[in-house]
Formats: sequence, structure tokens, C-alpha cells
Amino acid sequence: MENIIVVNNLTKKYKNFAAVDSINFSVKKGEIFGFLGPNGSGKTTTIRMLTTLLRPTSGHASVAGFDVVDKSDEVRKHIGLVAEKIILYTHLTAKENLEFFGELFGLNKNSVKSQSEQWIKKLHMDSWLNTQVGAYSTGMKQRINIVRALLTKPDILFLDEPTLGLDPQTTHLIREFIRELNNAGVTVLLTTHDMLEAEALSDRVAIIDHGKIAAQGTVSELKSRVKNKKNATLEDAFLAITGTEIRDEAKGRAATSGGGHMFGRNQGNRVR
Amino acid sequence: MFKTIKDLWSITKKDLLEFRRDGLRLATFFIMPIFMMLLTGFIFPSQNTLKNLPIGVANGDTKEISVKLERTLSELKISGDNSAFNVKNYNSVDAIKEGIQKQEISGGIYIPADFDDKITNNEQVSVTIVEDQSNPQISQMVDQILTKVADGFSSELGKQKINMIIIKSNPGAAKTDNTSLVNSIMNPIKAEITGLVTGNPNYFEFVAPGIIAMVVMTAVLTGLAASISREKEQGTLDGILISPINRLSIVLGKAMAQAIRGLIQGAIVLLLAFIFFGVSVHGNLLLVIFILLLGIFSFVGLGILVSAIASEQETATQLLFMFQFPMLFLSGTFFPILLMPDFMQKIAYLIPLTYAINALRKIMVLGAGIGAVRNEMLILFIFGVVTLAISVPVFKRVITR
Repeated sequence: MENIIVVNNLTKKYKNFAAVDSINFSVKKGEIFGFLGPNGSGKTTTIRMLTTLLRPTSGHASVAGFDVVDKSDEVRKHIGLVAEKIILYTHLTAKENLEFFGELFGLNKNSVKSQSEQWIKKLHMDSWLNTQVGAYSTGMKQRINIVRALLTKPDILFLDEPTLGLDPQTTHLIREFIRELNNAGVTVLLTTHDMLEAEALSDRVAIIDHGKIAAQGTVSELKSRVKNKKNATLEDAFLAITGTEIRDEAKGRAATSGGGHMFGRNQGNRVR
Repeated sequence: MFKTIKDLWSITKKDLLEFRRDGLRLATFFIMPIFMMLLTGFIFPSQNTLKNLPIGVANGDTKEISVKLERTLSELKISGDNSAFNVKNYNSVDAIKEGIQKQEISGGIYIPADFDDKITNNEQVSVTIVEDQSNPQISQMVDQILTKVADGFSSELGKQKINMIIIKSNPGAAKTDNTSLVNSIMNPIKAEITGLVTGNPNYFEFVAPGIIAMVVMTAVLTGLAASISREKEQGTLDGILISPINRLSIVLGKAMAQAIRGLIQGAIVLLLAFIFFGVSVHGNLLLVIFILLLGIFSFVGLGILVSAIASEQETATQLLFMFQFPMLFLSGTFFPILLMPDFMQKIAYLIPLTYAINALRKIMVLGAGIGAVRNEMLILFIFGVVTLAISVPVFKRVITR
């Protein structure tokens, strides 16, 4: 299978701190790729670079065959993003949100409707379209957020902790939905702290720690690295690779919050 | 080009819709200009708003002329049927001073005991005006009115005396109207005041253009920066940045939404000024709108720069307050720039708001046309171009840093 995401020596530095330090990995077309790591390891920074929201300090990355820096406009035509923060306006209804974001991609209202209605039905949001998003629960917001990301029928869907804070029912629904999307040909790059989720969904996994790729491979390959334990889980593999030390998130690390920042600032002293 | 316009219009529509749905922001939008306008209009006194000011009169004399002067003060009317003064009687200058100290009165006048005698004996007599030095604005007005009354009274007395002299020297003149001769002796030079427009513009007509310009322009300045920072904080900016939309369309779209809001607020202010304070636009209303649009254009770049620097809405608000607060006082909104110290005047002329206010004042108060405001228009345009040229690349650079 061809690679749809190729990352070569990708680095992001803030002054003297390397949030992402010369990482290399690739994602095959049509796979679900788990991108795992402790808090502050560089996951979100990596996703933001791959989705053209952050400019790399050095190195290269191509998404859908286009360089993320030189051909960022082309990259955007092929991707959808479900970021850590819900990308929806709370004073607008779901329908208005979808129409607005669709309009930015050159879709008229009819196109937005025709392209989103199947997903809206699958995610059980059809009776909520004319309600302001501010009235939704977290799970409902995330479901419409996912629909928003799929408006342009992206080849690649980036999911940054899509089930964080959701109840088991919604989590199950979203996981099934991700599988269905993948079966329909959408490549998924998924970050999550839920090892069960990563194990259940991912074809291959990369583990990032302290800004560097600590390990990558299939789930089985990573599990086989766990010594002296039968039936090791992905969580066991993760802890074996990254260690059990609690990450000190406040060691003067600059964060990569929405929109980037000129001077590099701490957003709750967390790097993602 | 067409796509840029289409994209910016999408952003504008979305921002305005969001704004319309946010009850608190909508309420503040209407309340703020109303509050600012009414507060400004009613707290700044002018001769037109002056009435029933408490003053003290100490009449040491009891004869006819002094009583007539006292009555003139009590019955003095100003702005329609309102009495200028609420006269309280005192015994002496010291009693008046005590009354001022206790803030029972805002000034006073002492008529000496020999007032009538001196006038009758063709001697000059002094009346003492005691002012309230704790309130320069009020005391200045009281002084002006009391002095005017005293001068007017003095002038009438003088004319009577001259008429008597004329009749004494020419008894035949008793049967004729000597007013013209008397006036030519008393006031050989008469100053006639005329203005560019009819009526007598009050202080609020001076202030109104400044408030309108400030409300409109700062709506863009603060609104734009706050809007972008809010989207950054909420995460929705990512959804826009990940689309193929031109970065310039984002800021221009938001600027347009803020400009529309600012112009609506400006219209509210103008309407209130018209209804409550009799302010009118003597010049071309379309030119007023054009100047406001130029003013908005001059501020957009600054708003973009602040939003690029400030990562949070609160930081943006605080940064902007640093600009807004001094601008309020340095731009000539409430006080003429000419009255400021030289160095502050130089600072005032670095602020685009100053030029917008100058232009609006010329148009609204003096009925000036486009020729008279060409310089202001050019400066506002240049300021806008320069700040946009700096801020847009900075914004683009920072937004995907």
C-alpha cells in the first residue's frame, strides 16, 4: 500500500525547546494509524504541523502527496480535522455550522445537506440540526464536529482524542463510525490516551515521547516487545516503552495552542 | 479576487449571526452607546443646560438702583423660560464666601452700601463677584453671566446718563429719540458675530462628532481583536484556517462585521444626539459616513496586529485598553487639542482618531465639504494602508507559527 502521509525529520522548536524532535514515520493509505504518547509528548504539535496549522521548524512532511508547507492549500483539500477543541460555534445551530464550514470549502447549502445527511443519521443527530450547539451535550457536539470534518469527503481524517470525556455509548458509536469510515476508504490518524481504543482501532501505531518517536509498528509487534508478560496489552507495551514516570508538564515547555503564537506561550503548561 | 470577496462575506455573515444570537453582547451593543451619549451629554454643563444655579447676592444698599440690579439677577432667564439663577440673600462678602465653602451656592455678588450714591454722583462703583474656585467650569460660567449682567446694567445706566447730558446741552433733544446718538457715544464699535451655520452650536455639538468617531472606530479596533482572539481560544479558528480560505479574507471578513456593527452604533449615537441634544449634521451625511469608513479602515490594521500578538481575548482587551484610554483624551473628543500642552498636541496628531474627529467636526458642525477635509482623508487612508501592510503579513506569519 502506498504511503499517504510521509514524515521526514520533522521538527518543531520553540526557542531552545524541541516540542517535536526530528520524527520519522509514514501512514499507509486506507489504514487507521494510532499516534500515541504521554501528555506533553508532541502528539498535537505533530498533528497541527500535518494539518498545516503550524509551520515546522525543519524537516518535511507530505500529506496526500503534497508538502505541508509548500502546498498547504492542496493539503487542506484532502484532510478533515477533529481537533482537541470542538470546532463549532455555540450560538449557531448544527445546520448553520455545517453550512458555514461547507461554504468555506466552496459547498453550497444543498451540497452540504447531501454530503452530511448520511453521517448525521448514522450519528443520530438528525433531530438536532436546528438547535443551537450551545445546548448540546459534549457527545452531541463531538458527533456534529465529526460530521463537519467530513463535509469535504477527505481522504485523511485526523482525530485528536475524539472520545475524550465521552460516555461509553457515545464512545462506542464514534468508534464504530471510525471503522465504517475506514472501511469506506478514509485513512485515519488517531491520537488517544485510551489504549483499548488504540488497540481496537489501529492497524499500526507510533509512540511519541519527549518529542521523539520511541517505537512504531503494528499493535502485535509492539506487544511482543513486552518481556516477561503473557497476553501483554498495548498499554503494557506503551508503559514498557515510555516508562511509568509521571510527566512533569510544567518544565517551562511552550505549548501549541490554537492559531499558534508569536512568542510561544504556555497554555496550562502543556505541550501536546 | 471574487473568491476573496465571497470568503470574506461568509466570515462577515457568520460573525454577525453569532453576534445576533448572543443576548448579552447584543444588549451591551445597544446600551453602551446610549449610556455613553446620555452620560456625556448630561454631565458636561453648558450655558444651554445651565439653570437655577444657586448664587448668593449680598446687597449692602437698599436704594432703587441696587434693588433693580438684584431683581435683574433674580429674573434673568436663560434657554427658554428657565431662570439662570436661584438667588439666596446674604449680608456680606464673608457670608457669601461661607456659603460657597458650605457649597450652598456656586458663586455670589456683593453690591456695596454706597452703590446708588456713587452712581447718582457720577462716580464709578465696583460690585464684587465671588467665585467658587473648587469648580472652575461652573465658576467660569457664573462669572461670565454675572459680569455680562453687570456690564449690561452698567451700559443701560450709562446710556441714561448720556441721554440726560444730551438733553441738558440741547433741551430740544428731549422730544426726540436719541438712542442712536447715545449708542454711538457709549459703544462706537459694535461687534457683530456671525458663524458658518445658523444657530448657536452648544458644547455637545462639539463633543458629538468625537463620540461618534470613537464609538465607530473603537468598535472595529476592540471588536476585531477580541473576535479573532475568541476564535483562537475556542478553537474555531482552526476550522477556518484548515479551509482553503485566503488568510486576508478572514481578517477582512471580521473587520467588515465589526464595521457594520460600529456604523450601527454610530447611527444610534447620532440619533440620540439629535433627539436629546439637538445635534444636527450641517454638512453632507454621506460624507460623514465616508469619513467613518475611512476611520474604520485606519484602525483595522491595528486591530489585526493586536489580535496577532494577544493569544487570549483578555490579553487583547487589556492591550487595547492601553490604546483606547489615552486616545479618548488626546484625540480632541472632549477638549480642543489646541488647549493641550505642545508635546501632547504632537502626540494627538499621531492618532488617526484625531483626524477622523477633526473631519467630522468640520462636516457636522461647520457644514464643510470634501475639499476642507482632504488632508484628514489622506492621512486616514495612509495610516490604514501602512498598518495593514505591516499587520497582515504578521498575522499570516503568527497564525501558523
